[in-house]
Amino acid sequence: MLLEMKDAVLSYGKIEALHGISLEVAEGEIVALIGANGAGKTSTMRGLSGVRGLASGSVVFDGEDVTKLRADQRLRKGLVLCPEGRGIFPGMTVTENLNMGAYTRKDKEAIEQDYERVFGLFPRLLERKKQVAGTMSGGEQQMLAIGRALMSRPKLLMLDEPSMGLAPMLIQQIFDIISEIAQQGTTILVVEQNAKQALSRADRAYVLETGHIVKSGTGVELLDDPTVREAYLGVA
Amino acid sequence: MDFDALFSGLDRHTLDGITRGSIYALVALGYTMVYGVMKLINFAHSEVFMVGTWAVLGVYTALGVSAGAGLAVVIGATLLALLAAMLASAGTALAVERIAYRPLRKKGAPPLIFLITGIGCSIVLVEIFGQVFKVFFGAPFGRVTVNIPSVLQTKELFTIPGLDLTITNTRVIIIVGAIVMMLALDTFVNKSRLGRGVRAVAQDPDTASLMGVNRERVIMLVFILGGAMAGVAALLYTIQYDITKFDIGFIIGLKAFTAAVLGGIGNLRGALVGGLLLGIAEVYASTIWSSEWANVTAFVVLVVILMFRPTGLLGESLGKARA
Ligand SMILES: Nc1ncnc2c1ncn2[C@@H]1O[C@H](COP(=O)(O)OP(=O)(O)OP(=O)(O)O)[C@@H](O)[C@H]1O
Ligand SMILES: [Mg+2]
Repeated sequence: MLLEMKDAVLSYGKIEALHGISLEVAEGEIVALIGANGAGKTSTMRGLSGVRGLASGSVVFDGEDVTKLRADQRLRKGLVLCPEGRGIFPGMTVTENLNMGAYTRKDKEAIEQDYERVFGLFPRLLERKKQVAGTMSGGEQQMLAIGRALMSRPKLLMLDEPSMGLAPMLIQQIFDIISEIAQQGTTILVVEQNAKQALSRADRAYVLETGHIVKSGTGVELLDDPTVREAYLGVA
Repeated sequence: MDFDALFSGLDRHTLDGITRGSIYALVALGYTMVYGVMKLINFAHSEVFMVGTWAVLGVYTALGVSAGAGLAVVIGATLLALLAAMLASAGTALAVERIAYRPLRKKGAPPLIFLITGIGCSIVLVEIFGQVFKVFFGAPFGRVTVNIPSVLQTKELFTIPGLDLTITNTRVIIIVGAIVMMLALDTFVNKSRLGRGVRAVAQDPDTASLMGVNRERVIMLVFILGGAMAGVAALLYTIQYDITKFDIGFIIGLKAFTAAVLGGIGNLRGALVGGLLLGIAEVYASTIWSSEWANVTAFVVLVVILMFRPTGLLGESLGKARA
């Protein structure tokens, strides 16, 4: 397994957001995590990336226990999160934001290649290279956030609601790009409200409800599951 | 009230104000950088400056230099004093960070607690120079004003024709020195990789950590940089005023903090603008009325400007410095 989370408990003060969840992602997979608002999807991402420590439980990445490592240390190992709400640096230009993605890297030539790759995936970013990121549209910011995450050369790319606030056309496009990134060899864990898109693209998926994993299976299985259809796909 | 005095020597008073303001601005950088990445006012920063002035005295005493030395000696001693002041101030700033702030940060203490430990550190440092060192080493430590040899003596360089303005070597050194240091810092923060890390933490610490920026390292860096700038200010101050004292940091620190807020705290260029403005306002006020009015004016200016621009003159954060 590339990533393994075991019995993870995560709290915010007295509020326990995750009550002991376990999940795993194998190399080369696209895994989706779906759930309603407040189910704990973002909290799971925080626990995995190290932005917030776990109260108990463990995270093993690439054969190494990273539970006690800070977020910046986990990033250096190739565990990369593109955070919810985009989280771009508003006062920096597009280029500077992309540079931030490559902050820990020294391999100049490979970085240049990754710029090409990102600009290939998102031509819009090339046009806007010098624009201050805070003044870009929501969709452009989302592209920038994903591009920036790619600049970190992830082994595992975690995306927290990449389609949030985007028009249907753009959602389709973002998911196409995610599939393309996966085909280029990056393992992906994606959190989504947009369950239909996520499940149809994913190899496997987990369903999160109020801090518990209540279901898991292949994307197709969950797409056909009556309770999932009712709760997350809006079909009875 | 004597407006004639002001207007008859407006150029001279403005130059005085800029000199004073340059020193405020350098000290203000420390407040502003630490605020930028930690959202914390480091109340011990005034003593970081104070320690620097003692380092200057220490170097001059150790070298045994005094007024009237040869040019080579003057340059050598002054550069050594600069280095010592920067190291002493940066070291003090780093120690304050380690002792007063880091343990609290690890425990997730609420913001108010940091202010208390910062003030505590400030008092301890003042008393070390005012009391503890006096007990152990005697003079010059203690609660009196201490003269620092004016190794670098004031000389007239030239007079600007048409104006009643004589430019001296010390003026040039103070103003140019301050501006060069600020440009260097500004370039570092805006252009270098580490500087980008500093700006990233200032804008969004969590996302910065997701980019692999080690926040603890960035915090250390800003204390070192802010401290070093206070060290430069300390040398320039001793060149201008030839004195130090155990509590010399208090007023300068307060002014520099005011300058930082005036320019927009968290904003490097704001520190420069705020410092110069404050220096000039003070000198004008003491010319029109008397020197007792300098402090009052400084704070009246602050209050009035904040009434119209609550985030300070330039108003943005360290992170958004380029937006
Ligand atoms: N910083 C915080 N402090 C306190 N409680 C929090 C915090 N962040 C999240 N929570 C709580 O933890 C629970 C899970 O939140 P989380 O953000 O993980 O949900 P989510 O599944 O990502 O929801 P959404 O789909 O709305 O993004 C919620 O009840 C939320 O109120
Ligand atoms: Mg969320």
